[in-house]
Amino acid sequence: MAKLTVNNKEYEVSSDPSTPLLWVLRDELGLTGTKYGCGIAQCGSCTVHMDGKPVRSCITFLRSASGKKITTIEGLAGDQPHPLQKAWVEKDVPQCGYCQSGQIMAAAALLEKGKKPSDAEIDSAMSGIVCRCGTYNRIREAIKLAAMGGEGGE
Amino acid sequence: MTDQNKVDRRSFLRTGIAAGGTLVIGLHLPIGVNAKGWPDEAEPADTLEPNAFIRISKDGKLTVRIGQAEMGQGVLTSLAMIVADELEIDWPNVSYETVGADPAFNNPLFGFQGTGGSTSVRGFYTPLRKAAASTREILVAAAAAEWGVDAGGCKAASGKVTHSASGRSAGYGELFEAAAKLTPPAEPKLKDPKDFKLIGKAAKRLDTPMKSDGTAEFGIDVRLPGMLVAQVLRCPVFGGKPGKIDDGAAKAVAGVHAIVPLDYGVGIVADSFWAARRGRQALKVEWDEGANAGVSTEAIYKEFSEAAARETGKEARKEGDVAAAKPTAAKSLEADYFTPYLAHATMEPMNCTADVRADGCDIYVGTQFQGFTQMAAAGMTGLAPDKVKVHNKMLGGGFGRRAALDFVTDAVMLSKAVKKPVKVIWTREDDTQHDLYRPATFHKLSAGLDAAGKPLYWQHKLVNPSIMASFFPDAPSEGVDDSSVEGAANIAYEIPNISVDWVRKEAGVPIGFWRSVGNSHTAFVVESFLDELAHEAGRDPLEFRLSLLEKDKKKAAILRLAAEKAGWGKPAGEGIFRGIAICESFASTVAEVAEVSVSKSGAVKVHRVVCAVDCGQVVNPDTVAAQMEGGIVYGLTAVLYGQIDVEGGKVRQTNFNNYKMLRMNEMPKVEVHIVPSNEAPGGVGEPGTPPIAAAVTNAVFAATGKRIRRLPINPSDLAS
Repeated sequence: MAKLTVNNKEYEVSSDPSTPLLWVLRDELGLTGTKYGCGIAQCGSCTVHMDGKPVRSCITFLRSASGKKITTIEGLAGDQPHPLQKAWVEKDVPQCGYCQSGQIMAAAALLEKGKKPSDAEIDSAMSGIVCRCGTYNRIREAIKLAAMGGEGGE
Repeated sequence: MTDQNKVDRRSFLRTGIAAGGTLVIGLHLPIGVNAKGWPDEAEPADTLEPNAFIRISKDGKLTVRIGQAEMGQGVLTSLAMIVADELEIDWPNVSYETVGADPAFNNPLFGFQGTGGSTSVRGFYTPLRKAAASTREILVAAAAAEWGVDAGGCKAASGKVTHSASGRSAGYGELFEAAAKLTPPAEPKLKDPKDFKLIGKAAKRLDTPMKSDGTAEFGIDVRLPGMLVAQVLRCPVFGGKPGKIDDGAAKAVAGVHAIVPLDYGVGIVADSFWAARRGRQALKVEWDEGANAGVSTEAIYKEFSEAAARETGKEARKEGDVAAAKPTAAKSLEADYFTPYLAHATMEPMNCTADVRADGCDIYVGTQFQGFTQMAAAGMTGLAPDKVKVHNKMLGGGFGRRAALDFVTDAVMLSKAVKKPVKVIWTREDDTQHDLYRPATFHKLSAGLDAAGKPLYWQHKLVNPSIMASFFPDAPSEGVDDSSVEGAANIAYEIPNISVDWVRKEAGVPIGFWRSVGNSHTAFVVESFLDELAHEAGRDPLEFRLSLLEKDKKKAAILRLAAEKAGWGKPAGEGIFRGIAICESFASTVAEVAEVSVSKSGAVKVHRVVCAVDCGQVVNPDTVAAQMEGGIVYGLTAVLYGQIDVEGGKVRQTNFNNYKMLRMNEMPKVEVHIVPSNEAPGGVGEPGTPPIAAAVTNAVFAATGKRIRRLPINPSDLAS
């Protein structure tokens, strides 16, 4: 049994230590908000935070996640939705919605740095996360909106 | 055809909807059909349910029941808006409920339950308005009767009926009892569009919150008690079958429950996805590769191009006399165009969960075709269709891929074999290598100009397979498959002599509907070759198009709008060039101007796309904009990267590392301009895709003088 801390909750998990964190979250813990898209760190749908940094849970093995603080889309909001989640609603970002957990988690890690990201910084933080519906421009607008505390935006 | 398709074929036959190879058009308007007959559903006493689509609760809240699949196109919101507006219920009091397979929700444009062809709003706009208006009318009639006043003096608004003369007012919930005794009129009076409160105004999507906090449930997220998770190892060669299976090591893998041979592959059923993957890695299968072991795209392309020279094909359009016009042309132009196979690459890989029991079967899936899913499962299990319950989940992208049943077949066959609920998940590699691909196509064109530089003739021969025949194999093979020539046979340009012919060539690669179907390649070819002709005539591409659309004022206006908003004719910026293209598809017309630069190494960057769309009456303008943005990205990805290669009957591409997607840093600015209209609604899910390819490649020509006649763009061809 490995110990795993997800969204501030301690779990004892029985998955083999070489199982990717993605499948521990989805299949063992039932946290299905984190998505499988490619399994080889090419699409970013599986992005979660490990000690505050964005990682691809499809190639992060349980043994390296154990003992770290994992945050998934289910744990992003506090009492209120995260500013990004509000901005996502304001800009009606999602279409099919499948990649959006990964998009929001990547964006949340970017905003954790506590600054208003430039377009280049957004490109750099977000270009790893594929959206097949083409919501990129709305994602960019929503990130800027959230960074400005929900005021104004493009 | 693989054996799994035989199962599908039987099921298609049983539904009997595909006779003649065309979709049966029939309007099924279930006015007066109560949802009472719903399996496992008690009718709550405190609601009004005058028809299958509508449920109003005592507190005046509206639930719109929707049988169309939500795959990102915003259909849950758009259809709910249509009902709420006509029923006079305020948007904050509106929610939706998705339904499974039921003929009451048949798509009026198909005659069966299905989501595709950009038909949801087109098909349901009037039926839903009628269903809502007739409900509104019985509520008004009930109030009038209760108050002993003339119904004409009563008005419905914000979930209430008001009689202004007496000042009386009652919420819908108070009128249920009397209204339920009335028969809803079949032909109610619909609202005047000028009185619309929701239709035509941007409403927030109902599914955004759940798609922003991880709670939206996609097919892949389904979890049932006692459920096992499976993968299917398919023969790498299309249509191949497993021969000798050595499953000793696979069965020994911890968490693996069963290895199940199927006609077309081997199922690995386990506790979890990862255990199934380990089992799969340990499995040894010798394949009987079958007839397609020699299939290669290179040979297909060669055959297509030779067939274009050799075969006459079937006539798809004939006007005037091309043969007679040819020798009289002052200038003639010939060109061959080619487009490759393309995968759909939905972000959510194919999956399905089935729970097959002796007494019934539940299917949990994201599908575009609930009814066919039900029929297929009934066929495979031997159960009566009404014992098969389809639970449609959110679709993590559809684009035509989720009109197929291969993933349903997997889940049903495996659940039947292990007698437990089974969730089948395809890996990305499975998804890329076993898609139903947008067909490769070859195009031979010639055209001539008269001495004044006006087009005299236009000749277009297309070589490609029939998608309709592959989906409906028992359809007669006579005639022309419209989906093979759409966008080419119906060009609007006023040219006196036109011939469009289709050479059908089947090629051993599974094919399917891919966002915008035939238009995805024909618009590229037609709009590129027309650009060639404009160049040959020494005329501006926009002005040349407009000169050929003198009678089609609507298309001319759409072109002008896109051009004007893009600043056509004015400088685009240092090193940036413009291209324009237009395409009518799915009852909408879209023109796009792309602004493109090409680097010394030949890298193409698309800076901005300006889009003008006329899609008739708009329901949710923000959704129209989103669908144009999405359609453009889908098409642009194909222009820049999309290509599936087959060698030895196997697909060479595997995953996003070698089947590339457009990313954030490559995303152009997109501006969408909607032509105001109260005409019947057109489609919006697909029409944004067709024009982008030619808009980009025409801009590349403007930038480099190099004409791209084969997609995707190969930067090394453009290096200076």
